[in-house]
Amino acid sequence: MSLPIRRRQLAAIALASVTVLATATACSDDSSGGGGSESDGPVTLVVDVFGDQGFGYQDLYKQYEAEHKNVKIQERGKGLGLGDYNTRLTQQITAGSGAGDVVALEEGTIVQFYAQADKFVNLADHGANDLKGNFLPWKWEQGSTPDGKVLGLGTDVGGMALCYRSDLFKAAGLPTDREQVGALWPTWDKFIEAGQKFAAADKKHKFVDSATNFYNVVLMQIAGQGTGYTYYDKSNKMVIDQNPDVQAAYQLTTKMIGAGLSNNLQSFSNEWNAGFKNGSFATIACPAWMTGVIKGQAGDAAAGKWDVAKAPGNGGNWGGSFLGVPKSSKHQKEAIELAKFLTSAQGQIGAFKAVGNLPSNPQALTDPAVADSTNDYFSKAPVGKIFAAGASDLKPVYLGPKNNAVRTAVENTLRAVEQGKSADEQWQAALKNGAAAGK
Amino acid sequence: MSLDLHATAPPEPRPPRARTSHRRASSATKLDLKYSPYLYVLPFFVIFAVFSAYPIAYTVWIALTDRSPLNATISFVGMDNFVELITDDPQFWNAVVNTFGMFVLSTVPQLLLALMLANALNRRLRAQTFFRMAIAMPIITSTAVVALIFSMIYAKDFGLVNWLLDSIGLDPIDWRANRFASWFAISTMVDWRWVGYNALIYLAAMQSISKDMYEAAALDGASRRRQFWSITVPQLRPTIIFTLIISTIGGLQLFTEPLLFTSGSGGLSGGSEGQFQTITMYLLDVMNQRFRWGYAGAVALVLFVLIALMSTVNYLLARRISSDK
Repeated sequence: MSLPIRRRQLAAIALASVTVLATATACSDDSSGGGGSESDGPVTLVVDVFGDQGFGYQDLYKQYEAEHKNVKIQERGKGLGLGDYNTRLTQQITAGSGAGDVVALEEGTIVQFYAQADKFVNLADHGANDLKGNFLPWKWEQGSTPDGKVLGLGTDVGGMALCYRSDLFKAAGLPTDREQVGALWPTWDKFIEAGQKFAAADKKHKFVDSATNFYNVVLMQIAGQGTGYTYYDKSNKMVIDQNPDVQAAYQLTTKMIGAGLSNNLQSFSNEWNAGFKNGSFATIACPAWMTGVIKGQAGDAAAGKWDVAKAPGNGGNWGGSFLGVPKSSKHQKEAIELAKFLTSAQGQIGAFKAVGNLPSNPQALTDPAVADSTNDYFSKAPVGKIFAAGASDLKPVYLGPKNNAVRTAVENTLRAVEQGKSADEQWQAALKNGAAAGK
Repeated sequence: MSLDLHATAPPEPRPPRARTSHRRASSATKLDLKYSPYLYVLPFFVIFAVFSAYPIAYTVWIALTDRSPLNATISFVGMDNFVELITDDPQFWNAVVNTFGMFVLSTVPQLLLALMLANALNRRLRAQTFFRMAIAMPIITSTAVVALIFSMIYAKDFGLVNWLLDSIGLDPIDWRANRFASWFAISTMVDWRWVGYNALIYLAAMQSISKDMYEAAALDGASRRRQFWSITVPQLRPTIIFTLIISTIGGLQLFTEPLLFTSGSGGLSGGSEGQFQTITMYLLDVMNQRFRWGYAGAVALVLFVLIALMSTVNYLLARRISSDK
């Protein structure tokens, strides 16, 4: 009776292969959703964020869910670095599936998505233009494509300050009061001088965590006051070798490394995190979101040891994000509402309270909840006032489409300088590798 | 006459129904015999087509274009990507050198160690099964975990190795800054994980070598060492070729260990000056950081050619291990 058995196997195999084929083709059916559902049935919205601390939206989600009984919110991405997050998001956006209903777009990467603006809901079609007054003008500009499509609504801005360990300052004979500390460094050159004083008194700790954080902050500040762009000019032409701002920031950084002030830690690495815990450095360039990172990494043991002072130079901004809605979302209407809520003054104040992200909303910035806020972890520093100072009259710095790739290439050369390579040679390498990375 | 007629009449044909049904059955059997083997292997080929053949074909096509998520249109650029890659991309050639360097630095000791280990385990030992199982343990640990732990062992400031160096009075090494040091560190990760695997394969092959040969050799007065090189190694030739090719494929695609050797941002760069950036890391760097998908396709194809070349070279080399000598 071998024949029937064989036939049965045959049938089973045929069935199996048909199933495989069916599942393989079924995958392609997903993308037809498009238009956004009209139903009021239960809707689960997926919000994609990044960063060690996330965006501090947990309480806001609860509030929103309580006000919108049909909406459930699920967040993904907390703990994911910006690089990994952005890689995934790019693939999902290009593939037209897999991205969340609301996605975070970072200042440095949103430009890259200008080219794919047709894959995002143009929020201008959904009343976003009425909200224009809710955002700092330069923030609004960054969130829109050159031809006026609104890609994302602003969440936070970086602002700029300097976080320092007052206990280490005291031990090294430097002032500890934040006003006096701020007065210590009107310029970055003075900052380096202060660092040299510190280094002479304290051989155990370093003055600055890493060259790359220092460099990024300095570059954004100098470019904000200078050309208004960094590696790319506003027509997306690679100008790394022509922009005097890039060279000035690079030289300041190598001068700082040369003075032996850097702890040579790779930013966002395990060693860097350990540096916070062990208190191995005394200052760190501090956009508002960095306060959340410090608190998360240094932990309760360092509470009250950190303080915040005005940054050298004149204000500035590093970082900050936007919320956009990809067209692949099946619940666009609900997603847009959620994005509007999270980027509203109320939403931004909530995020500020949770993780210290500085609002991009002028009303939120002047709201007592932000403006008068002090941060207990940072010795009760008036963080709202320090970070908000200058945030409103900042000029935006334009970042080109492959900004992150070029930045990584330049950062690597600075790490090489930290490892003892020649600063001049590495500057040449930065020009060469930066241009190659932006090709 | 009628009788005669009857007698000479041809035998009555079989009932037609029965005959066709038999014929149908036999033709079904034939069909079955002829086509069902294809159906049996079909699931594999369907999966192969979807997950291998199509991606390979797509890679070839994309390598001839300037495809990027940043471009609204895709244009055909012919061999431009390959020309740029081969003539005008120092970073790629740096990655090739790194990959081959680490390949040699890890594979040679790895296979030699595995051979020695297998030879030792092939003798009579106490707790034989325990030792044989123990060498296989590293394979079941995740590469990511291995890489993370080794990264801590080779950390610059608080690493175990630097602490040991310090305790015997040597200067600590910045394992990520120095090219050779980073290669060495990554090779130890690879070897820790794969020596046991290869040893197990060698051990299995050794057990099928006839004991008579060793007895005869022993009677002729050949030492253990002589037996190893003159009997064991030549007998293992096909197995050695197999492990060499597998190691070549794995070694030239080295990725997780060097990637996780950098903690924090910029892992794909493989060190501040690309000291340990491998070809696969460069491929991802090009694809995910620079968004040059077409160019990344070209990198993938050149990597494929390199692996094929290296496997051939290794095969030719290993074939020279002769059983006649």
